[in-house]
Amino acid sequence: MIGLVSYIVFFLILSLIFGVAVLGLNLQWGFTGLFNAGVAGFTAIGAYTMAILTGPARDAVFGGFELPFVVGLIGAMIASGIGAVIVGLATLKLRHEYLAVATFGIAVTIQLVCLNWEYLTGGTLGLIGIPNPSKAWADGPLAQNALYLLVVVVVVGLTFAALERIVKSPWGRMLKAVREDDVAAASLGKSPERVRLEAFVLGCMIMGLSGALYVSFIGYVSPWDFLPILTFQIWTMLIVGGSANNRGALLGALIVWGVWTMSGFVISRVVPSEIQAQGGAMQAVLIGLILVAMLLIRPRGLIGEELHVSRHARS
Amino acid sequence: MILQHIADGILSGAIVALGAIGLSFTMKMLRFANFSHSELLTWGAYSALVFVAFFSSFGGFFDQTIGPFSFGPGLLLAMLCACVATAIVALLLHRFVFARLSRAAGHMTMVFASFGVALILRHLVVLIWGSDPIYYSRELQFAILLPGNVRVLPDQVFLLGLTVVVVIALHLFMTRSRTGIAMRGVAESPDLARASGVNVDRIITWVWVIGASGAAVGGVLYGMTVQLRPELGFSLILPLFAAAILGGTGSLYGAVLGGLIVGLSENLSVMIIPTTYKPAVPFLLILAILYFRPEGIFGERST
Repeated sequence: MIGLVSYIVFFLILSLIFGVAVLGLNLQWGFTGLFNAGVAGFTAIGAYTMAILTGPARDAVFGGFELPFVVGLIGAMIASGIGAVIVGLATLKLRHEYLAVATFGIAVTIQLVCLNWEYLTGGTLGLIGIPNPSKAWADGPLAQNALYLLVVVVVVGLTFAALERIVKSPWGRMLKAVREDDVAAASLGKSPERVRLEAFVLGCMIMGLSGALYVSFIGYVSPWDFLPILTFQIWTMLIVGGSANNRGALLGALIVWGVWTMSGFVISRVVPSEIQAQGGAMQAVLIGLILVAMLLIRPRGLIGEELHVSRHARS
Repeated sequence: MILQHIADGILSGAIVALGAIGLSFTMKMLRFANFSHSELLTWGAYSALVFVAFFSSFGGFFDQTIGPFSFGPGLLLAMLCACVATAIVALLLHRFVFARLSRAAGHMTMVFASFGVALILRHLVVLIWGSDPIYYSRELQFAILLPGNVRVLPDQVFLLGLTVVVVIALHLFMTRSRTGIAMRGVAESPDLARASGVNVDRIITWVWVIGASGAAVGGVLYGMTVQLRPELGFSLILPLFAAAILGGTGSLYGAVLGGLIVGLSENLSVMIIPTTYKPAVPFLLILAILYFRPEGIFGERST
C-alpha cells in the first residue's frame, strides 16, 4: 500500500513538472500561435541554471553557489528568459514552419553546449548533488516526496492562476488577435512583433521553471535528459489535452505521462528480458501513435479552446 | 588538409542533397515542413539491408563484388527495391495521415503529425533491426590517392557519380516530361495548375515517389560509405532543412547546391570550431539564410 502511495506521489510530481512546461508551451502555441520546436532547450537552460546556483561547489566547474531553492527557481526563469530574448529577436520574424525549424535547431545547439562545455555544465557527466529542499524538512523518502509534491503543487497553482489571469486580460486578448490575424491586430495599433516576443519570453521562462523543479527533485542534471524527444513529448501532451486551454495542458501532461509510465511498467513485466533494451523504443512508438491518432480523430484535444464571443457582438 | 575537408564535404553534401530534394519539394508543393522526411533515409537504408540478404541468398552472380567497390549487383538491385519500398511507405503515410490532415485542419497540424510519424518510424527501426550499427559489407577497400594528398574510397567515387546521374535524370524529368512540367506548375500555383487541367493529386503522388526514392538512395549511400544506425536520418534533419531552405524550396538545383554548401561548411568548420560543435553548423546556416534571404538562393521573393 505504502509502495503504491509513494509511486503515485512520484508520478504526480513528474507529471506536474511536465505540466509546467506544457503551460509555457500553451502560452506560445495555444494562445499566440508561435511554433516553438525547441522546448527541450529552454527547459535545459532552467535546469542547468538551477544546478549551478543551488548545487555544491566543485573543482574545475563553474558555479556551486549553494543558494536557496527559491533563488534557484527565479534564476532559472531569468536565464531562460534571457535566452528567449536572444532567440526571439533572431527568429520571431519567421512564420510557422521556419520558426519550427529554427527553434528545433536552437534546442539541438543548446544540448550540444550542455554536452561539451564542461566548465559550465560538467559535460557528459552532468552535475550531481543538487539539493532537494524537502530533505531539510522531512525524514524518509515518502515524507520528502510528499513535501516536494506540495511545493510543485504550489508552483503549478501559482503558474496556472497567473496564466489564467493573463490570458483573460487585455494583453491576453491581444495574443489571440495576433494569432488569428496579425495584420488586423497591427491595423488596430498593436505591435504583433512585440506581443510575439513577450509571449515567447514568458513561455520560455515557464519552461525554465519546469527544468529547475525537475533537477531539484531528481538531484542531478544530465545532457541526456534534454534530447529532442522531450520536445515531442511535451508537444504531445499539449495536443492531447487541448491547446489554448490551460486545464487541457495540465490534463494532457497527466494522461501522456501516465501512458508513458504505465507502458514502461507493462513492457518491463511482459516483454522478454532479451529485448528489454528496446522497451524505450516501444514507448516512443506509442507516443507517436497517440499524437497522430489524436490529430486525426480529435485535433482540438480532449478539452480544447473555449469559444468566446465578445459581449459587444451579442445581439 | 583543406583539400581533404573539401572532398569529404562534397561527399557528405551529395547525400544531404539527395535527401533535401524531396524535403524541398514537399515544403513547396505540399506546403508543410516534414520533420519525418529524414526518417525515409533511414527506412531506405534499412530496407535495402533486407533486399541485400534476399539477393545474396541466390549466391553466385549477386555475391560477387564489382571492380574496386565493396558491393556487387546485389546491392544495386537492393537499392532499386529500397526506392520502391520507401516510396510505398511514403505513399501510405500520405494516404492515411498527411492527406487526411491537410483536408481537415491547417498546415501546422501536418507538421505536428510529422513529429509523431518521425518518432514512430525511427523507433520501429530500433524494434526491427536493433540499435547497434550494421554494415552492408565487410569488404576492405583501398583508398585512392588523388593529387593534393586527398584520399577517397572507391565507394565514395561511386556515391558522387550516382548522385550526379540522379540529378541529371531528375533535371531531364522536370524539364522534358509533361509530368515534370506539371509538377513545376503545381509548385508555382496549385490552383492555376488545376485550372489548366493538371491532375494535382497525381502530381502529389509523384512528389512523394521522387522524394522517397531520393531519400532511399541517399540512405543506402550513407549506409555504404558510413554505417547503418537508427539515428542515421534523425541526425540529418537539420542538414536537410538547411539545404532545402538555402536553395529555396521547390528548386532542384537549389537543393543540390544547398546540400553541397551544407556538406562543405560542416566539414570546413572543424578547422575553426571544435569538432563536437559540428552538428550546430547547419543550424547557423539556417539562421543566417532566414535572416538575410528568407526565400533562399534560388527561391523567388513572394509578394
